[in-house]
Parts: sequence; structure tokens; C-alpha cells
Amino acid sequence: MIINMKVRIKFSKYGVMKFIGHLDLMRFFQKAVRRAGIDIAYSGGFNPHQIMSFASPLGVGIISNAEYLDIGLNEDVADINEIKYRLSAQMVEGIRIIAVAKLEENAANAMASVAVAGYTVIFSDKVVLPIDWTGQFEAFLQKETIIYTKRTKKVVREIDLRPLIYEAEIYAKAEMCAENRGIYLLINAGSAESIKPQFVIEAFFDYIGQQLPEFALSICREEIYTNAGTAEEPRFVALIG
Amino acid sequence: MRKLALSDEILLKLDKPARYIGNEVNSVLKNKNEVKIRVAMCFPDVYEIGMSHLGIQILYGMLNSYDDVWCERVYSPWVDLDKVLRQEKIPLFALESQEPIRDFDFLGFTLQYEMCYPNILQVLDLSGITYKASERKEDEPLVIGGGPCVYNPEPIADFFDLFYLGEGEKRYRDLLDCYLANKESGGTRIDFLIKAAQIPGIYVPRFYQTEYHPDGTIKSMLPTLLNIPEQVKKEIVTDFKAAYYPLKPIVPFIKITQDRVVLEIQRGCIRGCRFCQAGQVYRPVRERELNDLKHYAMEMLKNTGHEEISLSSLSSSDYSHLGKLIDFLSDELKEQKINISLPSLRIDASSLRIMEKVQDLRKSSLTFAPEAGSQRLRDVINKGLDEEAILEGSRLAFMGGHNKVKLYFMLGLPSETDEDILAIGELANKIAAEYYETVPKSNRNGRVQINVSTSFFIPKAFTPFQWAAQAGRDEFLDKAYLTRKGISAQLNQKSIKYSWHEADTSILECVMARGDRRLSASILAAYENGALFDAWSDFYNHDTWLSAFAETDIDIDFYTTRKREDDEIFPWDFIDCGISKEYLLREWKKAQAEEVSPHCRTACQGCGMNQFITNL
Repeated sequence: MIINMKVRIKFSKYGVMKFIGHLDLMRFFQKAVRRAGIDIAYSGGFNPHQIMSFASPLGVGIISNAEYLDIGLNEDVADINEIKYRLSAQMVEGIRIIAVAKLEENAANAMASVAVAGYTVIFSDKVVLPIDWTGQFEAFLQKETIIYTKRTKKVVREIDLRPLIYEAEIYAKAEMCAENRGIYLLINAGSAESIKPQFVIEAFFDYIGQQLPEFALSICREEIYTNAGTAEEPRFVALIG
Repeated sequence: MRKLALSDEILLKLDKPARYIGNEVNSVLKNKNEVKIRVAMCFPDVYEIGMSHLGIQILYGMLNSYDDVWCERVYSPWVDLDKVLRQEKIPLFALESQEPIRDFDFLGFTLQYEMCYPNILQVLDLSGITYKASERKEDEPLVIGGGPCVYNPEPIADFFDLFYLGEGEKRYRDLLDCYLANKESGGTRIDFLIKAAQIPGIYVPRFYQTEYHPDGTIKSMLPTLLNIPEQVKKEIVTDFKAAYYPLKPIVPFIKITQDRVVLEIQRGCIRGCRFCQAGQVYRPVRERELNDLKHYAMEMLKNTGHEEISLSSLSSSDYSHLGKLIDFLSDELKEQKINISLPSLRIDASSLRIMEKVQDLRKSSLTFAPEAGSQRLRDVINKGLDEEAILEGSRLAFMGGHNKVKLYFMLGLPSETDEDILAIGELANKIAAEYYETVPKSNRNGRVQINVSTSFFIPKAFTPFQWAAQAGRDEFLDKAYLTRKGISAQLNQKSIKYSWHEADTSILECVMARGDRRLSASILAAYENGALFDAWSDFYNHDTWLSAFAETDIDIDFYTTRKREDDEIFPWDFIDCGISKEYLLREWKKAQAEEVSPHCRTACQGCGMNQFITNL
């Protein structure tokens, strides 16, 4: 297998496409690349597959303004916009190609590059928030540790969320939601300890002694960042700047 | 952006919400104010099954190619959504517009297997459409059925305003024009149906009356109005070049059963197996032109982005240009890493050569359908496949690296004896022995694996076996037991695995396949008692059906195990599907005499399809 060019694609996922899961989205892009006639590279072996990798799977029900995938091409394409146009023509309502960028030969792939992700979390009208919730939220963030019990099918384990929250800001006045009904969260998304925005909200509700109702949140992933600085002094930049 | 019929909260709780949102690549959106006719096409099973069907893709593309028509899709909501729609009183909707089916002009069903009948009622029920066609109001959609099951539409006659007999490419435009003309002249539903019933291929069940003899068999079935034809003749495509082919099939988001491009290389079959309905009713065989197929294949792959193409027909080996087509496809598609799959091949030297070109032998298993264990019984059913051909095919395949063989048989075929059943195990054993003789120990990749599976024979309308009695339930189970015993007695029994299809569903399918109008009441009763998704063994409940038949005074044996006289009038006799009853009877007699009939290309058997061929 020879890859002559690596390309990173940024797209948004919204509307009805939020019901399409990660594996189906991968299949969608595999077929879209074929339809677009993009000269994608294939792995060797008996079961050749396209050289394509996604930065970070997005849960069903969540929308995003910044999803990323990398593809490897057989040939160096002079005009990178050509790929953007061709791929854009193969999208459906709910997936929009935002940007396409050429990667350096030695660049790490999208998944390995992910450090943190920013989310907008909006409370639906199912949620009755206490009047002074914003103050309580500030106090919640002041805690030294925020213990969250993560349950998966097999494992139940406790994580301290506090060091994994980089920014948390209540939208006092925002275009996207009513006053004091939304939060911006910048949280860890790297492979070592990736967390979901729901974890933070659940932990907060636990802290104020309330139960978070079903379908309480509408979540949008705003951006995915890599760390261009060091572990001690991080400098977060979007996967396509 | 389109507004979905279901809320986020409902969708997020469902298994595979993508079944209900539409928006797939190549699905068609139109402005409803700019079309005159709205059609909902339904495959009455779950999305993944329904979306895999080529027939719907053809009709969908063809109807949407008309500017004045918008054709949308609807499938059976899975049991989770079924429950929600009832609870929340949400009317069933079409995938494209997300609007209620109840507001459409037509609701079309493709009927591919009898076990989906309760699902027809589910779709009507959830849409808020009256079950019985004759009781529907003026503003309800016209419910039309097509597909192989309409070669005996009588059991579901009550639920349909019309049936379309034959190949859809032919008469839909005429039917739609008739509908528009009637609408413009202010005609009623009945006015339209009377006119439609005079279009070739259209059957309007309410205009026919069936009378019965005291023994329950049919005395007569006649039109109740003037100008309604006594016989309804099937419509077929005589010029494929002019017929529509869907070059932009819909690409689903979720993985469906046939997740690939389907290229129909020919229609019909020359073989004339006596149990096979498709082999009889889809006659005459019509091949598509090689150059057209090359063009279709490349266009469809380009338009879908699929990574696999499957050639479809009843018997691909009989397609005259198969070798050339495969050469072309394998050359063109190699670089694009597109797989070619070739079902329905007869295994012989030339087909193995073709398979080697396109498939990795280690991965694929080899399938034979001898249908019967002994040569005597294969002659009865006119399966032109002899033991030597099976063994020769296996030998070649084993030398080529295969070590898995699947064998399909039917139990309960007419005239079957214990010897015929025991021959199944013997044949499987001989194939296994062939492996150990052919492949030296050093080259063996483990033990050979022979998978024998049996289904129970179901006599179907418009086959020479339409007169045959089906075996009873206990007989079926005895036969399966004997098959297993026969296999266990073989030397290579450890290399042979055996599985069999359930008896209950085979009996129900038999009732429906040769049933009459009186069964509509039973189907409705079964649906109201909870029958749904009966093609799924997890959901099938035989007792539901038994009580439905009891409630509606139906004797199952009348339809299954009863012996039929040569001159009995069958519920489907009013249909002219091109082959004559005399020919079918001739074949039935030959079967009883264990005589074979050569296939169409060797010698014409005078089935009657010539009437179409003169037009070809």
C-alpha cells in the first residue's frame, strides 16, 4: 500500500443525520468517496479496505459542527478544493463538508491527534432548573474532585472529572438557547481518558441532589482540538485550524 | 429541512431509528403541490428486508421518472415502533415526505411471500385505512398489490382494490392516466375501478363472484358487471431496451440484507422444475443485452458507491453471455476493489471457472440444490441435475480449494418414499467421500463440511404440482427424523450437519398459496389475534392461526392434504399467466410417470408462452 497524499476532512452533522450511528456514518463516507470518484488508497491483504479514519465517534442523538476524518489518496491532488467540491456533491441533507486540508506526510492521524472537545449542552424544557443553579454550578466547579461513576455494559468504575474539565461556561445570553439554559464545556477527549459532556451534567445534578430526566439535554459538538503545546502548558488548536 | 413524523424522543428509543427517517442517497423528494398523484410503495416487512428488493427499486424509479407522480416508500414498522404508533395514535407515514399514508392516492404492496399477509393489515391499520376494500370511503387510498403472490391473490382479495398481474414496467402509466382522467371528469372510486378493470393485467376482486360446490370446491368464478373480463391476463415486458431500469438505486444508511448493486441479467427460466412457481410464471425467458448490462452495472456502481455487485436471475448459468459479462466486470472492477457475487449458478466446470475469476474460494461455500435425494424423485420434480453432475461439480470444487458444501432438499415431494429420503444421507456421504478421495491428506484444510438442509414441500399455484397434496404435520416430522437417521448411519456422518425448516409455517404457507377468498376472514382474525411478522420465526405463533381458522370455520386440510381432481376449478384459474392448464396437467401426469421434460432450449413443451414470444 502506498499513500501519496493524506487529506483531512471537516464536516458537520445535524438534523435527521443525528440518528445515524458511527458505523453507518463510516459506511456512508466509504460509499460517498466512491461516488465522488476520489482515488482513495486501499489497505493490502485479502480484505482490502479504504484508508479512512475518523477523529472521534459521535453518539447517536448528538449533532456536531466539527467532525473530522482522514483519508489516504493514491495520488497527490494539486487542487485540494477539487476534493471538497466532489465530496460535497455526494452529501445528503444533514452532512456538510466544511473544510478539506492536506496533511503533512508525517502528520499523526485524526484520532491520535484528538486532545479535547468543546460542546454546547442545552437543557430541554423537561428540565426544571433551580433558580440559583448558576451559582451552584460555579460552586460545583470549585470542588477539588468531581467523582463520576461510569457504567458500561461490563465495567463500573469511578473517574474524577475535575482535571478533565478545561472550561465550563454558562451561556448567560446566547443565540442558541434561552437565558441560562445552556453550558459550554471544553473537556478531555483524548484516548487516555475521554469523557462525555453528559457525565459532567449528571455529576452536577447528583451534586444538587436532583435526578436528570430522560432526554433532558440537546448536545452539539462544537469543535475538536489537538494539543499543540505541552502536557503542562497545553495550547489547543482545532484539527483543521 | 424536512420535519420528521416522529419526535426525537421516540426515535432515540427505537432500534435502528434510521429505518424511519428517509433522506437516503438517491431517494426522491418532490414538491407535493407540483404532482398530481401520490403513491406509497410498501414492502410489508422490516426496512432491511424491503429495501433489498429490486422490484420496488424499479417501480420507485419508474414512477418518480413521471413528472406528475411522486412515489414514496413505506415498510412495516418494527414491533417497537408499532407499539408507539398505537399508543401515541401517530398515523403511519411515508419515508420521503414523512406524511400520513392515508392522504395518498395509491398504496401499493409488493407481495413476495405469503407469510407477510398479516403485515399488510398492520400497514392498513396503522395508516387508518379500512381493511375491506369494498367498505373504503371515497377519500381513502386505492390499495393495489403486485408481485409473485398475486398469481393467487384470492386469500387477500378482500383487502385490495386492485391487483396488478405481471411485470410492473408495463401498465402503470396506463393505470395512472385512467386514474387522472376519472378524477378530472369527477368520477367516483367505483367509476375508476370499473375502468381500471378493463386495463390488461388489472384485476379488481370486488367485481367477481365465486360460487362453491357443497364440498367446498369452486363451482364458478364470474364477473358481476358487464365489460369486466372473465380472464385477467398477465402483462410482461417484451422489449427490455425500452423498459425502465433503475440506474440510481437508493443507498440505505443502515446495513440491509442485499447491501449491493443488483444487476438483473435475465427474467424467466428455461428449466421447468415442476415445484417452482417462479420458473413457470415468469416465462418466457428474456435475456438482457450484454452491452446494456455493462452500462447498467457501471452506472449503478457510480451512482451508489456500493462495493459489491450481484448478478440476479433464476438461473444465471443459462444466461448466454455470462462468461463475457464476468470478464468485463472483473477487468473493470478489479482496481476499484469491487466484489462480484454470483448466486444461482449451476455447479459445473464452466461455472467453476467463472467463479474462480471473481471469488476467493476459501471464503465462499458451494451450494447445490438437488431438491431430492434420489434420481427417481429428481425425475419426478424435473430437476435436471444428476448425481454424476453433483459429484463432478464437487470434485472440481474440492480441487479448487473448497471444503464446504451446502445441499438443499425438499421433504414431502409428491410420490416420495422412505428410500428417497434415505438417499439424501447417501448423497451427502458420497460427496464427503469424494473430498477424501480427491484431496490428498497434505492439502486438506481440515475436515470437509457438508451442510444438509431440508424444507417442506409447498405446492404452489401455476405449477404442475398445483394438484398435489401436501404431507401432514406428523408426516413432515417423521420425514425429518428419517432424514437425520439416514445421515447418522453414514460413514462420513461426522462431516455432515443437518438442519430442517419448521413444519408449521410450511403448512400455513400452503394454505395461503392455494387458498380462496374465504381465507381473507381468517387472515383478519389472525391479525386481530396478534399475528405479525410471521416470516420471522421468533414471532410466528401457530396457535394464533389455528384459532383464527377455527373462528372463521376454515378446515386447513381442505387446502393442504386434500387430493385434487384433474378438473377441479382452482381459485387462480381466472388468471391467464400465459401457460395453459393443459400443459400443467400434462406435466403433472408426466411427474407421476417419473418422466422428465427437457428444458425450453432443447425442446418446446408447448406451455403456451409462445403467444408472448411472437411479440418478442
